Amino acid sequence: MTETTLSGKIWVLAESGHLVEDIDTDQIFHNAFLHITDIAEMGQYALGNLKGWENFPEKAGSGDIIIAGRNFGAGSSRQQAVDCFVALGISAILAPSFGAIYFRNAVNSGFPLLRSTELDTLVLSSQMETGDRITLDFGSSEAKNLTKETSFTIETMSGVQSAIFKSGNLFGYGKTLNRE
Amino acid sequence: MGQTVIEKILSRHSQNDVRPGQVIWLDLNVRSARDFGGPNVVKNFEREYGKDQVDDPSKTFFTFDLCVPACSIRYANNQQICRKFARKKGFQVFDVDQGIGSHVLIQEGLASAGTTVVGTDSHMNILGAVGSFGQGMGDVDITFAYKTGKTWFEVPETVKVLITGQMSKTASPKDLTLFILKQMGTRKGALRAIEFYGSAVKSLDLSGRITLCSMVTEMAGIIGFIPEYDKTFAEEVEELSGKAYSPLAADEDAEYSDVLTIDVSGLEPQIAAPFLPTNVHDVSELCGKKIDSGFIGSCTNGRASDFAEAARILGRYKVKEGVMLKIVPATRIVYDVLLREGILSELFKSGAIISNPGCGGCAEGHIGLTGEGEVQLSTGNRNFAGKQGKGETYLTSPAVVAASCLAGCITVPEHS
Ligand code: SF4
Repeated sequence: MTETTLSGKIWVLAESGHLVEDIDTDQIFHNAFLHITDIAEMGQYALGNLKGWENFPEKAGSGDIIIAGRNFGAGSSRQQAVDCFVALGISAILAPSFGAIYFRNAVNSGFPLLRSTELDTLVLSSQMETGDRITLDFGSSEAKNLTKETSFTIETMSGVQSAIFKSGNLFGYGKTLNRE
Repeated sequence: MGQTVIEKILSRHSQNDVRPGQVIWLDLNVRSARDFGGPNVVKNFEREYGKDQVDDPSKTFFTFDLCVPACSIRYANNQQICRKFARKKGFQVFDVDQGIGSHVLIQEGLASAGTTVVGTDSHMNILGAVGSFGQGMGDVDITFAYKTGKTWFEVPETVKVLITGQMSKTASPKDLTLFILKQMGTRKGALRAIEFYGSAVKSLDLSGRITLCSMVTEMAGIIGFIPEYDKTFAEEVEELSGKAYSPLAADEDAEYSDVLTIDVSGLEPQIAAPFLPTNVHDVSELCGKKIDSGFIGSCTNGRASDFAEAARILGRYKVKEGVMLKIVPATRIVYDVLLREGILSELFKSGAIISNPGCGGCAEGHIGLTGEGEVQLSTGNRNFAGKQGKGETYLTSPAVVAASCLAGCITVPEHS
């Protein structure tokens, strides 16, 4: 069984106290780099076209968690917009909602995208800030902000999402299906 | 209990009486990848499946449209990687000469009503225009689809949108689309299928339907369908694709998660200002803003009627000095129609730059980018910051782009 708990330092993608909504895949991983097929090369371009976050790759550390606004990953179908975070060692992204294709791409890569409806309020009331350490249990939907000593809830993973996550990625999951 | 259009299509391809929220395994009629995403698919495939065959070569394709012919060594190499893979596996490539993949799939009759189609193109849901379930996916999904012919899918809920009233005579399908997008935003249709009803959409031709359905992506929707149609539309699709048009309709007692009404009475030309497609205004509000360039094309507005409309507005006039107008037909067949009807030559005489078919100015393609401070009017579907360069992109109809390129500033076209 793969661990379903994660903890790490957070980066809050907010502007004047509000989570930035509708961040599209060109802001996450610009189309100028779509020719790249090697995941290791992708990390350096993560959030490279999002105003104020251009040097995110230098600041981010392995195991960090991103907090984003609703409809994160709107736009194109590029897998690179997920893989660039995998390359940096980001361990999860939390948002109120995600773009449909973006969400699938992450699920298929075994990268945890988790939804929480409380994020807007938490960020607005400064109960969630960049640098805080949080811990998430996406088996039980419990989450805690260790720095602020508060708790909040996240949605549990759906059946497929968790099955694919547990198999590593869609390919690993496919192999489990063949064995049945 | 009755079913919506998407529930019917998904049921037919999963031997399942599907309901929203259910996760199903879906059989795919077409699995495709572009020059973007394609090389990643090849890499994934060879890593995961070694020398295995693809599930069914006759249902597997590459469609090159993003950077055609290749504008950089890296794209050239990537396209060549795809071609070699396709030759080895024995499947067809719609190569750099053919045009935008989704449009090619319609014209080839591969994406006909009731089919299921996936590709590395977030606007693959444009296929809703011909009653096909199209869906954009990333390279992991497509690799799995190449190998298995299937994909997992969570059946979405459906929203019913009733369009009422009559637009003004100067409004085009793009104006209708932008106005609907403004009303829907990225919430009301998010993660759902949308069915559009009402006389303003029933009367749309293929090009108009493509325009509306393409921008369901910008509404954050899964796909849009326009179930009602006129005979002329059916004939148009049949002639183009060589296949009978028999789309699935929703049942009378189908269940919708929401029913919305959008009144388009008196609708005037619309424009989306930077940097969100939903930032829609009446063109009249922005009249007079100086522009540097115009782009007519993309999967949203790259059909023959779009260019005919632009040519009608341009007439014998020339685009304003210092303004550049780029023309990119969606496909080779569209290009051929424009050539035969003399429309390309009219556009050329007006001073336009005419490019070979493809995505053109939409992404980082082969007809250039916008420079810092440049104001571009585009008939595309996205104006996100930095997408087409450092400049500002406004989204609007072919008529507004043409009229504005004549005037050198944002202008409402006159109605003849
Ligand atoms: S024209 Fe633009 S939006 Fe349409 S398929 Fe090409 S790149 Fe994508």
